[in-house]
Amino acid sequence: MAEVLDPSRATTGRRPLKHRLAERGIDWSLLLLLPALVVIGALFLYPFLYGVSISFQPLEGGGPFANYQDFFGDSYQRDAIFKTLRLAVPVALVSVGLATPLAYQCRRDFRGRRLVTLVLMLPITFGSILIAQGMLRVFSPYGWANLALEAIGLPKADLLYNYEGTFIAAVLTTLPLAFLLLMGFFGGIDPALENAAATLGAGRATRFWKISLPLAMPGILTTFMLALVEAFAIFPSAILVGQPDNETHVLTIPIYQAASQRSDYAQASAIAIVLTLIELLFLALMVLLRNRLYKGPAVGGKG
Amino acid sequence: MTTLTTPPTAGPRSTGAASPRRTSKPRPTVTAVVTWIMAGLFGAFLLAVLASVIVASLGGSWGAGWLPGSVTSDWFRQAWEAPGLSSSLAVTFQVAVADVLLALVIGVPAGYVLARKSFPGRSAIMLFALFPVILPPLTYAVQLAALMYRLGIGGTLLSVILVNLVPILPLVILITVPFVEQISPQVEDAARVFGANNLKLFTRVLVPLLTPGIVAAGVLCLVRVLGSFELTFFVSSAETQTLVVTIFGAMADPGGPPAALTAAMTVFYMAIALIGLAISLRFSNPAQALSGSAHRAV
Repeated sequence: MAEVLDPSRATTGRRPLKHRLAERGIDWSLLLLLPALVVIGALFLYPFLYGVSISFQPLEGGGPFANYQDFFGDSYQRDAIFKTLRLAVPVALVSVGLATPLAYQCRRDFRGRRLVTLVLMLPITFGSILIAQGMLRVFSPYGWANLALEAIGLPKADLLYNYEGTFIAAVLTTLPLAFLLLMGFFGGIDPALENAAATLGAGRATRFWKISLPLAMPGILTTFMLALVEAFAIFPSAILVGQPDNETHVLTIPIYQAASQRSDYAQASAIAIVLTLIELLFLALMVLLRNRLYKGPAVGGKG
Repeated sequence: MTTLTTPPTAGPRSTGAASPRRTSKPRPTVTAVVTWIMAGLFGAFLLAVLASVIVASLGGSWGAGWLPGSVTSDWFRQAWEAPGLSSSLAVTFQVAVADVLLALVIGVPAGYVLARKSFPGRSAIMLFALFPVILPPLTYAVQLAALMYRLGIGGTLLSVILVNLVPILPLVILITVPFVEQISPQVEDAARVFGANNLKLFTRVLVPLLTPGIVAAGVLCLVRVLGSFELTFFVSSAETQTLVVTIFGAMADPGGPPAALTAAMTVFYMAIALIGLAISLRFSNPAQALSGSAHRAV
């Protein structure tokens, strides 16, 4: 033991392996990580690999790429990608666009902030199925929405079983999520920075455009990315309040049809992998874009 | 990453004290007024959508008109007696309790280690923990279901519990890390000096200090498991459907039960989810925990 404590020999690397590992942070406490790693590895990473492998083993034979050729060769299936984009990009833009000013207004504590948070937590808690069910009732030909439109003398609106229906359902669940994330990002900006700008004569508009918005921009981009990724895999509302065979034939519909209706998990996995790759592409693009923005502290110093 | 080091609870607390209260309220700007009007409209619409389900479940027959013709509790009785509902309620409870407990028992120690230790591969693990949270379930739900059927446990309660663990376990880890970082390591050292062994350190010091984080994580997981549709949908059989899957089945089937009956089933689900939400807001602010972990993560 004495030689280990001897500083002259400490660097020679002849100490017990255990000590050398401990120096780099590896000791028995890491075993606490093991169950979590096993679960994530076995139930998340391995299924991905398994999905890739079965997607190359088509049920009906053919080459290993038959499932992908089927998908990209069929224009109806291939168009699902564009239909998804046509739905997801506007949903993310509208959600983040509407949530940003509201989150900015809610960045400081005030009476009623809890209420705003509570109301916006409701759709996240209840999920899209409940939203879809309420929409079926509210937008039905004699539902509240059309009765209200009639009362103020406007023509009836047809917002069910089409693109608009799915769009509204998606915004109803995406906007609250965007709001909660953005509220955190705006709240994380030190008010001292704004106060300093005010002391130097900046008006409210200037403070927003020159101070708060640039500092919150990485957060806004992150929120947009998460909203887009979420909206890209929209599923129940595309069926329940959309037109799943035409206007809202989004990428998740062929996955559902292959897996649930034909039990063709190989084909379903192939389309799910296409979906995943597009999602990862979005994430990579956004991270690249965000890294070009201001990165630094959003707190005021005392200096 | 640098801007994002504020622990989840530090946000609003630090704001109020810094600026002295103004004596006269500033006039609201036009944009503020417009924002609040938009928010009010959105909130009203949202509440109308949710309220219509409750109204439908209480009404006799609702054709045209603002409200149904008569009030009845018949749908609730029917929904309660329907065989699908009671079994899916039981499954939902079992899955929710099992998943939340599993996620906490596995996730909190892992989060503790990730917060306290620095070791090779730590950032890779943090990154991998992020993917199941960010990627929507449909990117892996089908592959996971196929694997479960291949293993021969597809359609069982076990498989439903296992698949639902995937998104919530990383969520627990991501929420736990900032909460652990808030606890000074000196507190642990002090406990050790006074003779606490690992077990005592854990049960007497860490768990009490981490309770807000554990509750926040548990409630977020509960809400997520209750509403988790896609993962359960692909792997469950008729006997192991959770409440949302049963409701979806009733809604998607054109020859299914009448809308009011489905609405009554949905109200049961709303009640359970609302209790979860109320508990969560009572003990902690899950929105903060959520944005806190998103801060750190992305």
